[in-house]
Amino acid sequence: MFLLTSLKSQTKVAAWRVVVRTLKVAVVGAGGGIGQPLSLLLRRCPGIDELALHDLTEMKGIAADLSHVSQTGNVVGFTGEQELEPAVSGADVVVVAAGMPRLPGMQRDHLMAANGNVAVKVATAVSNASPGALLAFITNPVNMIVPTAAEVLRAHGTFDPRRLFGITTLDVVRSKKFIGDSMNISPDEVNIPVIGGHAGITILPLISQCQPRYRRDLQEIQKLTNRIQEAGTEVVNAKAGKGSATLSMAYAAATFVDSLLRAIGGQEELVECAFVASELTDAPFFASPLNLGKDGIKRYMPLPQMSDYEKEALEKLLPILRQNADEGVNFARTFLSGQSRAPVPAALPLTTN
Amino acid sequence: MIIASRLLTHVGKLPPMVQQLGCINRGLKVSVVGSVGGIGQPLSLLLKLNPDIEKLSLYDIKNTTGVGVDLSHINTRASVCPFEGKDGLKKAMDKADIVVVPAGLPRKPGMKREDLVDVNATVACEVAVAASEVCPGAMLAFITNPINVIVPIVATILKAKGTYDPNRLFGVTSLDVVRAQTFVADILNSNPQKVNIPVIGGHTGRTILPILSQCDPPFNGTVKEREELIKHIQNAGTEVVNAKDGLGSATLSMAFAASHFINALIRGIKGSKDQCVVECAYVESDVTEAQFFATPLVLGPQGIEQNTGLPELDDEERKALDFMLPILKESIEKGIKIGEDMMNSCV
Repeated sequence: MFLLTSLKSQTKVAAWRVVVRTLKVAVVGAGGGIGQPLSLLLRRCPGIDELALHDLTEMKGIAADLSHVSQTGNVVGFTGEQELEPAVSGADVVVVAAGMPRLPGMQRDHLMAANGNVAVKVATAVSNASPGALLAFITNPVNMIVPTAAEVLRAHGTFDPRRLFGITTLDVVRSKKFIGDSMNISPDEVNIPVIGGHAGITILPLISQCQPRYRRDLQEIQKLTNRIQEAGTEVVNAKAGKGSATLSMAYAAATFVDSLLRAIGGQEELVECAFVASELTDAPFFASPLNLGKDGIKRYMPLPQMSDYEKEALEKLLPILRQNADEGVNFARTFLSGQSRAPVPAALPLTTN
Repeated sequence: MIIASRLLTHVGKLPPMVQQLGCINRGLKVSVVGSVGGIGQPLSLLLKLNPDIEKLSLYDIKNTTGVGVDLSHINTRASVCPFEGKDGLKKAMDKADIVVVPAGLPRKPGMKREDLVDVNATVACEVAVAASEVCPGAMLAFITNPINVIVPIVATILKAKGTYDPNRLFGVTSLDVVRAQTFVADILNSNPQKVNIPVIGGHTGRTILPILSQCDPPFNGTVKEREELIKHIQNAGTEVVNAKDGLGSATLSMAFAASHFINALIRGIKGSKDQCVVECAYVESDVTEAQFFATPLVLGPQGIEQNTGLPELDDEERKALDFMLPILKESIEKGIKIGEDMMNSCV
């Protein structure tokens, strides 16, 4: 599955000097419920020369554990806020799984109060230590976190809209799975764009564009759309207070990071949906299919065609995304201007047993 | 994957490399017992990615539903069925082709694997009894420590139940091989995936015998370097336990190694047309005077197709083998006794 083309072909060796290109991936929040399995999946990828694992809790155990996996490259653990910059320093890709997960009944604002500062701190560290990195956020609420990070990067003069992503791959993964199951075909064989945002009705799977064609009546399509939109809540409720999606999120994020790494390695024609700064609609941040390249987004694919139902859904979600973006930007501005914030709720315990 | 070409010199007659008798073409059912734990969760994730698995059933004492729903969203073939509680184990294992068992407690700093036996023996017993009832033909792969003792416990119970097949019961020692590959590759500055080295014996301390003399590419270190490397491989588990400082033992690397082994079992079951599936694992064996012993095994549709026996050993390795055999035999005797005692209590 993870067939990363070796980047060593990028190494140019001249008679008078050796240029060595090393590929570094940093995982922020590597000790958490998503971070650990994500780090394992990335460790299995060939071609990553350094895998930096950062968390606020002690990382030397997890780093030692993963360093035993029989793959090329080094695994280095970084612990505590003061080691965040060293962790991301020189990284090609920074993927951020840090923060609190949703609990049953939790409001988005509550989550933002806890996780907004993750976005600020990571964006600051990346600005200082790896401004060219591709920065990908898993931390929820993505619809606000990405605008927050963008605002911080802007304030540091390091914002490049091609290099900042909110990972929405899990919505695509879920869409493929539910549609595949419904059509009784391998979920692997389904292709479907999922646009918009990464919460509730801002998630818009374009079922009309599904390949192979999904031929069901409107009621079925609405049911399926609703299931995809609420799938995260389905897991939160099934876990009954023990957290949100971790393993499927790790899988989806690893798939996305793998695509980023292939793009850095020169593979063409890679297309992934992700939540990015965008001019495709009047929402300043929007998820859509993106052609990836060495510097992140190479090209925004045009918005796919939509059915009437989907057009209506799009109209409904855009104001929500605009509001989320405003909230995200305001959070950043408030933080950067040093004003007091709401108290941060206690984090979940580390283990999920 | 471990292409053990050198090991094949030890194999007598190999079956022809065409479709082997008894190969299964349908999707397989794999059960993970202990799927919510530190190893169980990432292991279940890796197994969910195997396209030959049609049904992945998950069991743990609680919280399995959440993990199951989470995994069920991944767009791969396997359907995920979570079970929990007292009656869940047999339902989870019903008609399984493979049962992999990471359940049980991990070590804490200062503990040896043997210190876990009292608690973890119950796990072994319950799984053995359930297997006899609901999936007597399944391959059983135990991760639960201490493997050296646990596998004999299970064998004893299965024998008493009349469902024992020595070709289908394994203690997973793949992590020792993985570590050996990684540490050798570090020293040789090469790719661990291209290192082939048999690791024989048992799965604790000095019962772990990496056979460096048979390493490919060759390991040509000094005597001191060899000793240090062997110690490193033998103590790697303890290294992680100490680094985790009370928070557990190796989980992610164990999940990686165990999924590698289960994937190999699956390739064996499905019948590999072009290459032999060879893996080291701790099994009942007449290769040495220890009744259970890990050596490279050719895997096929019926489990162990052939035990390749002892690799060639040099003098140091012979000495190390002689040293550890009594330790291993003691663990095995302990396991058999526990198994016999438990037959009366854990039914």
